[in-house]
Amino acid sequence: MSAASETAPAPRRVRPFYWSVRRELWENRAVYLAPLAVAAVALAGFLFASHGLAQELRVAMGQASGTVHDTFSMMTERNGARVTTTLSPSRTAGFAIVIPYAATSFAVLVTTTLVGIFYALGALYGERRDRTVLFWKSLPVSDTTTVLSKAVIPLIVLPLVAIAVALAAQLLMLAWSFAVVSLAGMDPSELLPRTHIAAISTITVYGFATLAIWWAPIAGWLLLVSAWAKRMTVLWAVAPPAALSLFEFLAFRTDHLWRLITTRLHGGDNAFQAPPSGPHFDIDRLLPDPLRFVSDPGVWGGLVFFAACLAACVWLRRRRDPI
Amino acid sequence: MACIDAKGLRKTYGRTVALDGVDLTVEAGRIVGLVGPNGAGKSTTMGAILGLTRCEGELKVLGHDPWAQRDRLMEEVSFIADVAVLPRWMKVAQALDYVEGVHPRFDRAKAEMFLARTTVRRGARIRELSKGMVAQLHLALIMAIDARLLVLDEPTLGLDLLFRKSFYDSLLNDYFDGNRTILVSTHQVEEIQHILTDVVFLDRGKVVLALKMEDLERRYAEVAVRPEALAAARALGPIYERQGFDRSLLIFETDERTRLASFGEVRTPSLSDLFVALMSPAPARAEEAA
Repeated sequence: MSAASETAPAPRRVRPFYWSVRRELWENRAVYLAPLAVAAVALAGFLFASHGLAQELRVAMGQASGTVHDTFSMMTERNGARVTTTLSPSRTAGFAIVIPYAATSFAVLVTTTLVGIFYALGALYGERRDRTVLFWKSLPVSDTTTVLSKAVIPLIVLPLVAIAVALAAQLLMLAWSFAVVSLAGMDPSELLPRTHIAAISTITVYGFATLAIWWAPIAGWLLLVSAWAKRMTVLWAVAPPAALSLFEFLAFRTDHLWRLITTRLHGGDNAFQAPPSGPHFDIDRLLPDPLRFVSDPGVWGGLVFFAACLAACVWLRRRRDPI
Repeated sequence: MACIDAKGLRKTYGRTVALDGVDLTVEAGRIVGLVGPNGAGKSTTMGAILGLTRCEGELKVLGHDPWAQRDRLMEEVSFIADVAVLPRWMKVAQALDYVEGVHPRFDRAKAEMFLARTTVRRGARIRELSKGMVAQLHLALIMAIDARLLVLDEPTLGLDLLFRKSFYDSLLNDYFDGNRTILVSTHQVEEIQHILTDVVFLDRGKVVLALKMEDLERRYAEVAVRPEALAAARALGPIYERQGFDRSLLIFETDERTRLASFGEVRTPSLSDLFVALMSPAPARAEEAA
């Protein structure tokens, strides 16, 4: 051994995976800023309308009749005339109380999904395009560690951020509602069940988590495209599956692939008990069914596909040159 | 054990032959300049040594096969592949944090010390730095890594003269200690000539010349030939001839300096002149020498 290695201090312990994930968050601040911004907008809108909250609660409790908040009548008309006519005033008011919580979860989910799509498409493409891959590769971080650190962003980090942000926003809404209702001289405990917050937060936590697993193969495919493509990642992401579906349709007169893709894109309802059919959608009856989810072969097939995509990403990152 | 031991490296991209049987041995503790025209195979050779490119042939770097054992090798090998590859979105402090977090041989205090000599602010994003400052930052990061081999591929390309000079000065004064090995490629041969211990000329995927700097004097001589002695000097078969101010400058591959002294003043050719002499197309050389 040379003198250099004898006099050198013992190598420090390092955490390449941890720092690689942090690196991703430094570069992609949208991972947490975008859902925070959307939640802030939702909160602002909620605060703007909160002066009518006490009246809505009175109507919902049957203590007052009359107009409910405009927000709601607009929502129901969009949902179709049938819904509007079947709802009693107390029920519509109740709906107006629950809407902000459900809409916040939904908006945060849409935002993190979009962030995840753009993140995954750029993850292994951007570093080749700006040649920084040569810097990353000059450090003792393996391709496997790098690919895994990029895969956990859509699979784990974004769902966790979405859950945390949605729950925090809903908690603030709830606290504000309690204050408004109490100041109006009403009992806040009348409000709590009408927010359906227990059901909504359960759906948020459980639904976001299962959806992340259900959509993992999509994230894997987008990461694979980002490791593969030399340009036009969006086209590479969409065109091959669409072309194969078209081929299958014309060659065999079947649409298995197309249905596989659309089922996957739609997805998510296999994690819940099948809702009973009826004119009203009742959020309290949307119940988690983990057993149904884990016994769906589509879930496991998707995870296998995801793992295969990651393996291909590692292989490609080794061999692809900067663009 | 040699630091780098390459035998018969071959690499083709489609029909283009990038490396055509490169043999290269670099002993530990040397500073080796890899010199060649564009497309000579310098970057491909370096890519092979760093395990970035897969080549045919035998290659051992610090006893490892760079392609198969790349992750381990990178703990002992550092490289700067290009001046501008530090991520533009990164903050200087984040770059320090990250390298400290992933590299077991990175000495943060050392990097901070090198940075303190520059005007690079810790809170700045890399996109806000000038090209020279980015190079200073990259060098500070690299010099704080206790590596056994440092590979630099055109590390000063596009930098102004002052930055280039201070880059190589700090490399020599603050980093090189006789146990480390440095492999550097550059177009500005004359600027690094004084720090090199060895030089390798590469042309069209082949090693044209591998020379210890102390052998340069023994093997090559440049003579400023007086006009009346030109015919006699040419008869000795110079490998290159060019016109000086009032003398013809002839380069010979010979150790008989006393005999050449009769034609005019004899000196050791600069690496760049020798490079031009060896790289000029062979017919032109023969024509000029004839």
